[in-house]
Amino acid sequence: MPYRLNINGVIRRVHVPPDMPLLWVLRNELGLVGTKFGCGKGLCGACTVHVDGAARLSCQLPVSSVGHANIRTIEHIGGTAIGARLQQAWLKIDVMQCGYCQAGQIMSACALLGRTPQPNTDQIDSAMAGNICRCGCYNRIRSAIRIAAGMEEETGRVA
Amino acid sequence: MSHEQTAAGLTRRTVLKASLLAGGGLALDALILFPAGVLEAMEGRSVVPAQLSAFVSIAPDGIVTIVSKNPEIGQGIKTSLPMMVADELDCDWSQVRIAQADVDHQRYGEQSAGGSTSTPKNWLPMRQTGAAARAMLVQAAAMKWHVDAGELSTTKGRIFHRATGRSVSYGEVASVAATLAPPDLETVPLKEPGQFTIIGRSLVGIDSARIVEGQPIFGVDTRLPGMLYAVYEVAPAHGGRLGKADIEAAKSSLGVKHVVPIIGNGDADTGLADGVAIVASNWWLANQARSKLAVDWDLSAAKGHSSSVYRAKADAAIAAGTGTDLRLDGDPAAKLASSAKRISARYDYPFIAHAPMEPQNCTARYIEGRLEIWAPSQTPQRGLETLHNALGVAPDAVTLHLTRAGGGFGRRLMNDYMVQAAAIAKAVPGVPIQLIWSREDDIRRDYFRPGGWHSFEAGIGANGELVAFSDHFVTFGDGKTPARAAGFNVTMPPAGLIQHLHYSQSMLPTVVTTGALRAPGSNALCFASQSFLDEVALAAGTDLPKLMLSLLGERRGTVAPDNRSPSFDTGRARDVVEKVVQTSGWTQKPTERGRAKGFAFYFSHRGYFAEVVEASVSRGDVTVHKVWVAGDVGSQIVNPMGAENQVRGAVIDGLAQALTGQAIEFIDGAVQQSNFHDFPLARIPMTPEIEIAWVKSDKPPTGLGEPALPPVIPALTNAIFAATGTRIRSLPVRLTTA
Repeated sequence: MPYRLNINGVIRRVHVPPDMPLLWVLRNELGLVGTKFGCGKGLCGACTVHVDGAARLSCQLPVSSVGHANIRTIEHIGGTAIGARLQQAWLKIDVMQCGYCQAGQIMSACALLGRTPQPNTDQIDSAMAGNICRCGCYNRIRSAIRIAAGMEEETGRVA
Repeated sequence: MSHEQTAAGLTRRTVLKASLLAGGGLALDALILFPAGVLEAMEGRSVVPAQLSAFVSIAPDGIVTIVSKNPEIGQGIKTSLPMMVADELDCDWSQVRIAQADVDHQRYGEQSAGGSTSTPKNWLPMRQTGAAARAMLVQAAAMKWHVDAGELSTTKGRIFHRATGRSVSYGEVASVAATLAPPDLETVPLKEPGQFTIIGRSLVGIDSARIVEGQPIFGVDTRLPGMLYAVYEVAPAHGGRLGKADIEAAKSSLGVKHVVPIIGNGDADTGLADGVAIVASNWWLANQARSKLAVDWDLSAAKGHSSSVYRAKADAAIAAGTGTDLRLDGDPAAKLASSAKRISARYDYPFIAHAPMEPQNCTARYIEGRLEIWAPSQTPQRGLETLHNALGVAPDAVTLHLTRAGGGFGRRLMNDYMVQAAAIAKAVPGVPIQLIWSREDDIRRDYFRPGGWHSFEAGIGANGELVAFSDHFVTFGDGKTPARAAGFNVTMPPAGLIQHLHYSQSMLPTVVTTGALRAPGSNALCFASQSFLDEVALAAGTDLPKLMLSLLGERRGTVAPDNRSPSFDTGRARDVVEKVVQTSGWTQKPTERGRAKGFAFYFSHRGYFAEVVEASVSRGDVTVHKVWVAGDVGSQIVNPMGAENQVRGAVIDGLAQALTGQAIEFIDGAVQQSNFHDFPLARIPMTPEIEIAWVKSDKPPTGLGEPALPPVIPALTNAIFAATGTRIRSLPVRLTTA
């Protein structure tokens, strides 16, 4: 089936079956490999993208369900004010170890700050609970979100 | 054109080669035959020569390129090894570019990530290489100015002659330096720790900026023109063989280009497992077509390989007696019989999977007898051997590119996915193939941390001292040799610290593939032994930190009786125990009901770690409030930014092993778990505050990928006992809600 997708502000045309998840359209048809495959079952969050600003799991999103929605991926998140602040915060305290899950983490964090500009720890934990980091960088993920939100960094300690 | 100069005054163990960079500048290639056996000497072992190398070049514009030779799996080595070179070179970190090396044993020596060995093996050679390059640049400037090299100083990539106020950049003299004889690495002066300008600084990982932008950097991001995607369907049970395969329906599935049954080399453990490859234009289409395969598998070898059977056999082995002696010190049987108090307990833990976030994958292309491979592997050189054995492709016919790996944890020490990708590529010559495993493939076909059972007994004297200790370990193996990563460690405390001790072992055969998981051996042995020692301490009327300090006794080095394990320094152990007792406020007990602290100590992978966990239990739910870590990995933390992340990650990893319900179970060789819903990993809400204290001894720096993990598990389970009175003798933790 032919589809016209609005990805990162550009219309992209693909010919794929209607039930192909958006993840595999991005990665294998369009070469946008920043969005990661982790579990294929909506359990780990590595494939998180934004659909009209909301964080969605692209491995669970059939391409036929996307319609003309604005899809944004990690490759373009630096073009948003919150995304750019999150990327800087991620680098300021070097959140990552292996880094594989971090695209999904940043996409979820970006959606969180979009709706809750100054989240408390419970709100951070609840918004980020769907994103697994196997390396266990969670202390720094919390800190980086607070830094990006302009909230005071925990004193004397990174993470 | 390269102008080569053989170094004068080289020791027979060092090969340092200087050459002119294309376009001008200095290239310094160091192949160092690891002379003093630094690692072995540190551990009181006999010296086995090993090769190491470094490669550094300085362009006329002053840009310093350092080749990072080892696999980067999230442990930060691609940043920390070049930091060692750059500091002794005395350049500015902003001048440094890092290039990932391809696999080339002749040029780079050993290229691997495992066992927390990269830091101790490279600490001296990397610095010596940087210092040699600096000395050559200084010599070149001295020649230019007709002054003595001793009058010159360096800082941030410039050379200064104070007397005349002249200065020159490294780049400007690099081409002249390339014509000089490299100095003797053994005598080239190194900085004093106080002079470090890069080592010891918290630096951001070299790939981090690309990662936050989603740039292609991982194995699974490899893209080649005309590339197709593959899945590899293997037997539903470990040890299964391929029978008749009806592939027609899968072949006609949408997007599918090739379906190829592959008979392996009969050695799924180290070679190529039988399977059916499906190759398609899109990975999802390849994976969808799996349901259309009709394959007869011969699963007879897996019959009876079930968790319940293993458990029953372990019970029988323990009931039958003590197994084979591994270590017998003094007369523990007599001392146990005569001791004032005698306690015993059984402990066990399950098989668990590694589950790195990036699923196993490899990209391969086979053209006219040559293989080109892009792989996220921890042991690429071992992969070359496996390719040779399984596919008959000689190492010199393989070009192997290392990609960043989305986590390792020991899983990528094995190269099964690399051999599978190469076998598929060989079946469709000329077409680049990217094999990606589904998460289900990954969970079911892991090289699992093997389960194990321990039957402990301890004798306590009239004054509360530990007089005798025994452990009968039931593990997996063929009866002679334990399965991979299923061995015991005869230096496990309290061995070497008391006079009467007995360690013995029984083995159960298994068809399941096992392997090293972060802190192999220790991750399980520490839970069992430090939990039982907590029981001993309480039975003796003391607590575990006090018991450990009394066992450790005087500060001294002990050499393991097997003469292979790292030597153990009781002084360094004492220091971390005392440190964490202090930082955690151990003697102040939480007053809240159901809330308590637990302690554990362990020595693994050359690192000394003592940890305290404060946890509370409510209706069967465990909350970890805080973890205090005291660790001694030598005199210098190379990159505190990365080092702290390794420790936090290890702590969270250990807590997850205990608390999320991780257990892999088998029925007739078939793994019952499949994805993160039934093999759960840690998630952010369970993350405690983690406070780290470094105890800096005067010993050379050692690695941090592993040693912080083992103690956190018994520290947690000992806290649960203190909070509830329920002793956790089996992992994962399962508490009743009552």
